[in-house]
Amino acid sequence: MLRVLDVTVRFGDSLALDDASLEVADGEVLAILGGSGSGKTTLLRVIAGLHVPDTGSVSLDGVDLAAVPPHRRGIGLVFQDHALFPHRDVLGNVAFGPRMRGEAPEVAARRARELLQLVGLAGFEHRAVGTLSGGEQQRVALARALAPEPRILLLDEPLGSLDRRLRDRLLDDLATLFAELRLTAVYVTHDQAEAFALGDRVAVMRAGHVAQVGTPDELWSRPVDEDVARFLGMANVTEREAVRPEAVRVQPAVGEGNGVVERADRAGPVVRLRVRLDDGRALEAVDAAVDHPEAGDRVDVEIDPTGIVPLR
Amino acid sequence: MDRHRGSVGRALAVGVPLAFLGLFFVYPLAAILGRGLRGEGDAPLDVLTDTTTLQVVWFTLWQALASTLLTVGVALPAAYVLGRYRFRGRNVVSALVVVPFVLPTVVVALAFLAILPDGLERGWLPILIAHAFFNVAVVVRVVGTSWAGLDPRIEEAAATLGASPAQRLRLITAPLLAPALASAAAIVFLFSFTSFGVVLILGGPGYATVEAEIYTQAVRLFDLRAAAVLSLVQLAFVAATVWVAMRLEGRVAPSPPRPEVETLRPVRTGCERLFVGASLGGLAVFLGLPLLVLVERSLAVRGGYGVDAYRALGRPTSVLLAAPWEAIVNSVVYAFAATAIAVVVGGLAAYAIAERRSRALDGLVLLPLGASAVMLGLGFLIAFDTDPLDFRSSAWIVPVAQALVAIPFVVRVMAPTLRSIDPHQREAAALLGAPPARVRREIDLPIISRGLAVAAGFAFAISLGEFGATVFLARPDNPTLPVAIFRFLGRPGEVNVAQAYALAVCLMAVTVVAILLVERARPRRGGWF
Repeated sequence: MLRVLDVTVRFGDSLALDDASLEVADGEVLAILGGSGSGKTTLLRVIAGLHVPDTGSVSLDGVDLAAVPPHRRGIGLVFQDHALFPHRDVLGNVAFGPRMRGEAPEVAARRARELLQLVGLAGFEHRAVGTLSGGEQQRVALARALAPEPRILLLDEPLGSLDRRLRDRLLDDLATLFAELRLTAVYVTHDQAEAFALGDRVAVMRAGHVAQVGTPDELWSRPVDEDVARFLGMANVTEREAVRPEAVRVQPAVGEGNGVVERADRAGPVVRLRVRLDDGRALEAVDAAVDHPEAGDRVDVEIDPTGIVPLR
Repeated sequence: MDRHRGSVGRALAVGVPLAFLGLFFVYPLAAILGRGLRGEGDAPLDVLTDTTTLQVVWFTLWQALASTLLTVGVALPAAYVLGRYRFRGRNVVSALVVVPFVLPTVVVALAFLAILPDGLERGWLPILIAHAFFNVAVVVRVVGTSWAGLDPRIEEAAATLGASPAQRLRLITAPLLAPALASAAAIVFLFSFTSFGVVLILGGPGYATVEAEIYTQAVRLFDLRAAAVLSLVQLAFVAATVWVAMRLEGRVAPSPPRPEVETLRPVRTGCERLFVGASLGGLAVFLGLPLLVLVERSLAVRGGYGVDAYRALGRPTSVLLAAPWEAIVNSVVYAFAATAIAVVVGGLAAYAIAERRSRALDGLVLLPLGASAVMLGLGFLIAFDTDPLDFRSSAWIVPVAQALVAIPFVVRVMAPTLRSIDPHQREAAALLGAPPARVRREIDLPIISRGLAVAAGFAFAISLGEFGATVFLARPDNPTLPVAIFRFLGRPGEVNVAQAYALAVCLMAVTVVAILLVERARPRRGGWF
């Protein structure tokens, strides 16, 4: 079990981490979800031992890690920019960790080959890392971090720089891999879809502080406040409640109607509607029909009470 | 990581270069300047306002400016060609252009003596041409590399916004290249300003740079005070230039350099072919002809050609207290020793500068570039003649002095290479279980090894050609090649001159071999060269 307790990190006058606390159980994947500047990367660096916090502690299985330098922590990190070693080929990169554990070159190479197989890069052993595509580099970085069998794997927005389709595919691969290897992992991202897809639990970070932790369902059903609800991607958020777009029913007005459609944009299979109610409120709605209201149409708007999420 | 790293290595990296420069640069220079200023002669202020001094300073300034302009003019077309076109032999061109830069001044001066028509071979014009010959490499390499790193899409974007080629050059390319151009120009100015060997041989009466005048005052007229005042004047100008150069370099280009595969395009149209051919051909003639003439002269004997001059190198001569071939051996041995010293001291300094971005150390290691080599040589003689510092007659005083001149180059090559190491790679290695010492060995060392090779090559070439300080320190029975050449030149007689040419060819050959070895290891980014 990894425990981060009240960690604070200052850069000059600004607080990168402000009393951040977390727990990650063995075999659990915790996704850390936060915008840029929320302190999520700093938190990973503190866990890895790359940054010494001003206050607070990090412990693994009850042992405080303050005195343990990064190379003895047994914590793996997949960097956002991959940080592959440019002077070594793919195999040399992946075999680096096993070699550092003192394994014989053949053993290290065998282990590296296993990992390359696992990430689907068998046959890439002697490619120069500079010739790989973004997705391939990402897989090499993952294989390299896994090769020395870390107790915990940290991933810093590993899919951030990839295009959407590749990202979706790698996301599936990662989820399968995490489950297969029963990995304990901390996965940092700014994308709620990634966080919900990979995280057994999700921690939402804001201004260096962990605002809320829970399973995806818990978060989605009871976001702690307006900000978290917005960050999770909820629409129609007010101070006290959030209304799910799919709970907003929009019908062509039978009589006068109670609102007007301001925008209608197709987003894949559904149409997103923005409706201005006559009382001045704006609501987002989702219509799955092909035959949907257009901008300017008068409409009847009803809200399904089961789609209202109260904010604590 | 920040607090886990050892501080012993850091202290060494700062301490060793500081101690070395303090003992072998600041102390002897201070000693000779102190002795000069306190000694007999005109009051310092009188020296400063003397018409000769003013004339010398004025000449030094304008010839340095003119040399810089000429060099930039000659080099820019080639810099453009290397910065924008991909063609077979591009790397060879980029390697060969460095050869003149590391050739000993004495050799180049000799070459121009041989090539220029009678009546024109001495004066300001040959000095300017020789300076351009030397320094073309600086502009071609610095500006060419920067040009090759410019993203062509920026210009393309300007084109789609309606900018004509001339407007693109003026509004996009020129401002983006300005830091590299200014930095290269500053270096050329510095080298031309402190020029010594070239001016001594090609200047003739009435044309002296500050450095040449220091030599005349100190060695021929025994006026140490005038020499000391002139040294301070030179040091002030050099410090100002270094300061300006560092400010200009500090203005980093806004976007990171693009890899050359993306920026270079093949030579396609006939027009382009003509331009590339003319630029490189012109440069080849300018740089190659003097060297060919040098070889030709060394082979010329009465009425024909032969290797008589080379044969004579094996026989003892009254000009030296040794056989001329021994000068070759001496030069190579000294250069190896100087290279070892320069790489260790300069490498440590580069490490300290790259890690802590210490501007003070950065400036201090650059100063030997501009300090008067003559005064440094004389300073060694008076500073190290009493116990416990009586090194005057020890053999390693020569490599130490040569290393001082080479250290700025080592630092300039190594510091950018060290800075280019992505800190994430060190962190990644640590997280994979590598202790700090292992990180240095597995990550830092392989990445900087090419830079190390380049630095060593430059240090070697520079030590080989060092003249200003060595001429005072090399013992008469242990001359180096440039010193031997200078001695032969000072004697009348066709045989002596032919032997000077033959030795110059030997020196050129050793230098070229060293540089070609270095080029094989040259990294593709960063640094001056």
